[in-house]
Amino acid sequence: MNLKAETLSRIDEVIPHYPVKRSAALPLLHLVQEDQGYVSSEAIEWIAEKLGLQPINVYELVTFYPMFRQKPIGRRHIKVCRTLSCAIMGGYRTCAEFQKQFETRLGDVSPGGDVTVEFVECLASCGTAPVVMIDDELHERVDAARARELSDKIKAGAPTDTGRR
Amino acid sequence: MIQPASPDLITVYIDGKEIAVPKGTNVIEAAKRVNVDVPHYCYHPKLTVVGNCRMCLVEMGLPAVDPATKAPVMDPATGKQKVNWMPRPTIGCATNVSPGLHIRTTTQMVKDCREGVMEFLLINHPLDCPICDQAGECKLQEQSAGYGRGYSRFVEKKNVKPKRTLLGPRVMLDDERCILCSRCIRFSKEVAKDDVLGFIDRGSYSTLTCYPGRKLENNYSLNTVDICPVGALTSTDFRFKMRVWFLKQTNSIDTESSAGANTVVWSREGVVYRVTPRQNDAVNDTWMADSGRVLYKEIRAAGRLDSVRVEGSESALEFALGAAAAILGKGGAAVVGSGRSTVEEQFLTRKLAEALKAKASLVSRVGEGDGLLVTADRNPNVRGALVTGLAAELPSATLGTLAEQIDSGAVTSVVSVGEDLAAAGLSEAQMAKISIIYLGTHANATSRAARVVFPTLTVFEKHGTLVNQQFRIQRFAKAVPGVAGAVDDLTVLSRLVSACGGAYLGSDVGTVWTALSAEVPALAAIRYSNIPDTGLLLDGSPWAALPFAEGASLHYKPGSAPQEAAARG
Repeated sequence: MNLKAETLSRIDEVIPHYPVKRSAALPLLHLVQEDQGYVSSEAIEWIAEKLGLQPINVYELVTFYPMFRQKPIGRRHIKVCRTLSCAIMGGYRTCAEFQKQFETRLGDVSPGGDVTVEFVECLASCGTAPVVMIDDELHERVDAARARELSDKIKAGAPTDTGRR
Repeated sequence: MIQPASPDLITVYIDGKEIAVPKGTNVIEAAKRVNVDVPHYCYHPKLTVVGNCRMCLVEMGLPAVDPATKAPVMDPATGKQKVNWMPRPTIGCATNVSPGLHIRTTTQMVKDCREGVMEFLLINHPLDCPICDQAGECKLQEQSAGYGRGYSRFVEKKNVKPKRTLLGPRVMLDDERCILCSRCIRFSKEVAKDDVLGFIDRGSYSTLTCYPGRKLENNYSLNTVDICPVGALTSTDFRFKMRVWFLKQTNSIDTESSAGANTVVWSREGVVYRVTPRQNDAVNDTWMADSGRVLYKEIRAAGRLDSVRVEGSESALEFALGAAAAILGKGGAAVVGSGRSTVEEQFLTRKLAEALKAKASLVSRVGEGDGLLVTADRNPNVRGALVTGLAAELPSATLGTLAEQIDSGAVTSVVSVGEDLAAAGLSEAQMAKISIIYLGTHANATSRAARVVFPTLTVFEKHGTLVNQQFRIQRFAKAVPGVAGAVDDLTVLSRLVSACGGAYLGSDVGTVWTALSAEVPALAAIRYSNIPDTGLLLDGSPWAALPFAEGASLHYKPGSAPQEAAARG
């Protein structure tokens, strides 16, 4: 496991917050995923060892929560909302446009490793549907045209930040 | 007579039947005592309670008390204390008894609950009972007949999950049949201490699996198959071999070590198909090791001795007995007994040694104990040899004294009761120097070197008793007839004793026991027929000082046997 020094110190800091070590499994998984982009089987075994568990106990957790990834993703993570408001307002078209722009399919890493496009459930901004999150940035009213714009910026390596989180 | 109320007993009412049960008993166990069946899947008496199958829902009521005064509220109609019935059902496995608890298991609500739970359990369960190995001993099958609604309202598609997953070398998993009771997971974690199983993708697609790259291959893995209430976990050895309802069950004992796990041998038409554990809360709970389950394969293993032989050629039993007596009659005889023989055989071996005025020695078999049900002493009946007086001390690993006596010429003939002398350290030259009479089940260096060979029976083919590490004498019964040509050990030993000048003591366990109880004080009150199924604890204190090989294991602490016996007496 090649974790950053900062991640390691945060891990050591978070474990004693819980009455039993086992309870720190979820925060540790988040920290490791933040650090590595995904939770590898090596990471599962490392966390189990760290918390005095068996790997299967951590593996059960990882497979339960859809937001833990077991495979690496692209450099940017595009999350398109597909819950009711966004679905009505064209979230699916937005998603299709992103996939077309990056010649990729849902959940895959695009050729070149730029992005991974995924559907997610409600991002809590129904008034400005369809909404998309790119990593931690919230993008509102992303229709197909806006999706193209954002894609071009990502391809060019330009910042896409809107300041919204 | 009115029994005085015991402080540890709590009176509860199950379907109106009053019963006093120990504190801490749950509703399922309490109901079992009044013959009320509370159906369940996930609950297992030897595992922790999780309450995830919901099958054991019952109606519960507590005696009514006035909230202000805490005085019992009486029902004027009956003159008894009123019962406050809970409006909703509760699970029996996780409800421990409390004083005056009332349980109803026959009401419409309980019936509806069971039907509902069964309906959900069956939604994704494949209807493959006709090809399923569990059929006939499947709780799901039994309880859907007993408590289910009888027809399915489910019109949607069933889930598709992995089938034929090999969890380990001996256990096969069909995930579609799994009802997610988690017994196997808890067993692996709590008893086998090998936490490799778990549920992944929890939700509609919950799947039982092993951690990728690991296997369920500990020596207790087949217990998960036994406790699986459905056909999800099956034994790779028994799978598709035989329908369980055709099999005859015979109580037996696991002979792989001195733990003496109680077993059931399942056979049909003289063929053994599988060996499973039998509950004995003082010995093996409901478990046994995988290694003990394959011992039945010895019955038909290559090298099984199936003819009486004298000087290498087939012979009649009478002739062979005569030949053996002639060899032994020349003097200089020694006897090698066995910690694998039954109590009766050891007694006759002792009688043979006495008739020949020979010394009997035993061979030890020490391995590593696993702290559970395979103990360090791999001889199942060393304590039997002590009790019957065949040996006064623990056996040694090699026959050093015997080897010296052979070298010096003091011993010229040896009777070996099932022990391979070559494996016990005698050299080829030493074995060539003596005349060997061998009683055994399988061919080995000793049977090949022997002048007289008597083919005998395996534990599955005879009756007998064994004394385990706790000094518990346990009985096993004949499951299948002996292979053609083999002779009962007791017949050979008894007739050998009489041919060598001793008294004839009979060739069946009943008759041998008459002599056994008369001569061995420790067994005076015992007959073969009155040993209970769970065994009988003997007083081990005369041998308490011996350095037994066993370490602590399930229900055994070294040095605790005499105290246990004393407490019983």
